[in-house]
Amino acid sequence: MIWFVAKRLLAAVPTLLAVLTVVFIIVRIVPGDPALVILGDQATAEAAAALRTRLGLDQPMWVQYWTFVSNALTGNFGASLVTGRPILEEVGAVLPHTIDLTLASMVLGVVVGVPVGIWAALHRNGAIDVAARLLSLLGLSFPVFVSGIYLLLLFGLYWRLFPVIGNADLSDFGDRLHKVVLPAVALGLTMAAYITRVTRSAMLHSLGEDYIRTARAKGVPWRRVVWVHGLRNASLPVVTVVGLYVGILIGNSVLTEIVFNRPGLGKIIVGALNQRDYAMLQGLMVIYCFLIVVVNLVTDLLYGVMDPRVKQA
Amino acid sequence: MSATAEAPVAPRVPGWRKALGKARSNPTTLVGAVICLVILAAAILAPWIAPHDPAEQDIISRLAPPGGDYPLGTDQFGRDILSRLLWGARISLTVSLGAIAVACVIGGSIGMVSGYIGGRFDLFVMQVMDVLLSFPSLILGLIVVALLGPDLVNLVVAIALTAIAPFARIARAPTLALKERAFVEAGHALGYSHLRIIFRHILPNILPEVMVMASLWMATAVRVEASLSFIGLGVKPPTPTWGGMTRDGFENILDSPWLAVFPGMAILLLVLGLNMVGDGLRDATDPKLRNE
Repeated sequence: MIWFVAKRLLAAVPTLLAVLTVVFIIVRIVPGDPALVILGDQATAEAAAALRTRLGLDQPMWVQYWTFVSNALTGNFGASLVTGRPILEEVGAVLPHTIDLTLASMVLGVVVGVPVGIWAALHRNGAIDVAARLLSLLGLSFPVFVSGIYLLLLFGLYWRLFPVIGNADLSDFGDRLHKVVLPAVALGLTMAAYITRVTRSAMLHSLGEDYIRTARAKGVPWRRVVWVHGLRNASLPVVTVVGLYVGILIGNSVLTEIVFNRPGLGKIIVGALNQRDYAMLQGLMVIYCFLIVVVNLVTDLLYGVMDPRVKQA
Repeated sequence: MSATAEAPVAPRVPGWRKALGKARSNPTTLVGAVICLVILAAAILAPWIAPHDPAEQDIISRLAPPGGDYPLGTDQFGRDILSRLLWGARISLTVSLGAIAVACVIGGSIGMVSGYIGGRFDLFVMQVMDVLLSFPSLILGLIVVALLGPDLVNLVVAIALTAIAPFARIARAPTLALKERAFVEAGHALGYSHLRIIFRHILPNILPEVMVMASLWMATAVRVEASLSFIGLGVKPPTPTWGGMTRDGFENILDSPWLAVFPGMAILLLVLGLNMVGDGLRDATDPKLRNE
């Protein structure tokens, strides 16, 4: 197991380096002088030169690259151009809100998606299956800002069951829970739809295997066959999809935070866009990519835990 | 693959007919296709069927509720929502079709060439694609558009960039298997160039997979374009975009909820229609499902 973990960890290093390189290139292919882009066209030559020095843009390209990569790998993602505070600090301040939202929506997605997927697979081509397939297709098609606005209109403005503004008091658990419900439903809808579909097809595949017939022949109760023998073998594709879904979840959480006016990474991004805070954008992109690489790593490790055959590969 | 693919010569679009026939008999696909065609027609015919000019401002009937002269109401400048929706369909479709075409051609070529050459080159190219895949697509699109400036071409570039890697992957996998086949060997024996083999003999065989992928990714592209417009990074106003209209409507949600409801519905319908078509096509072309 240790050898397996070490191998996976080692394999993530080149990916991280490559991700950093791509971010470095993307930010530098912007046409024009970044200093002027940041300051605007009316900036004086001195101000532009001063900013270039401050950002290290007057250094040769390889020095800039080296500084960028070594800083990022040591956890230094730079400072905001607007507030001057370190990016990690700004992110850390709002991170609990974003984590609340994404975790709640993931839980919702799994709690709804897995049973519905299994249910649909057990009633293949029946009414339940058709309904589950159509509803999951609808759920997949909802852009999160549209479902967010609809939920807000219905439950926030019309029935007034949930608050419209999502700025929760972090020390009050009840308040956090109350304010995360609507956004989590909006965000979890797509997730539940994805998980339903994958669970359904993985279960169909797994229920057709020989070990299921063996288990039934041995007299294992049907419920246990489905939830233990079937689901255990169907869980690999489901975990894969949840892992892959994190990229979409990140993008969607940005939109959800805008709609529900929640503090979080999404609001930081939009603020940075409006204020042309490119240092912040670059830092956020690196943080997001790190996050995705870590999630991929965890998914890989989970494979090893769930399916011992993976470790030998 | 269908049985005809065993022939020594490159078969022409294997299973295509059968797949289309099967897709046609699937009600979900049909409904999806109708939705997409209606929206496409609305986009093409917008100048003739729109009741008003999308930029015309009727200051007296600002924020008018649906009904009467304005079937879906007016926005904060007194512009007709229905007309703006019809014109907005053009932006959604142009950007997403453009982005998917670019991603399909570039990603597909990368995948085929990479799979065909194989070896270390292939490993390297796929590693690069994996890196591209580790960027959250909306964030990548958002940053590219923010850096390049929001206009139609840059939106196409940004969305295409997020879709290249999946197309490369989908084109590569069957190429790896196809290049070992007899008809490719026959091509070599006849002295065909590698490019000719890739584009004349391998391409027709992987086309169904790539097209299914394209129809599924169209839905994603529409959603990403709408999302970017909603954030404020879409084609600049006064050009109507569905995402931009939803955003404007959202700002007036307390007095005039329909402003956000209708454009949101339009986006949902188009994405749903595309997903239904893509889903049906995938079921029809998936060799695992086809024989059932």
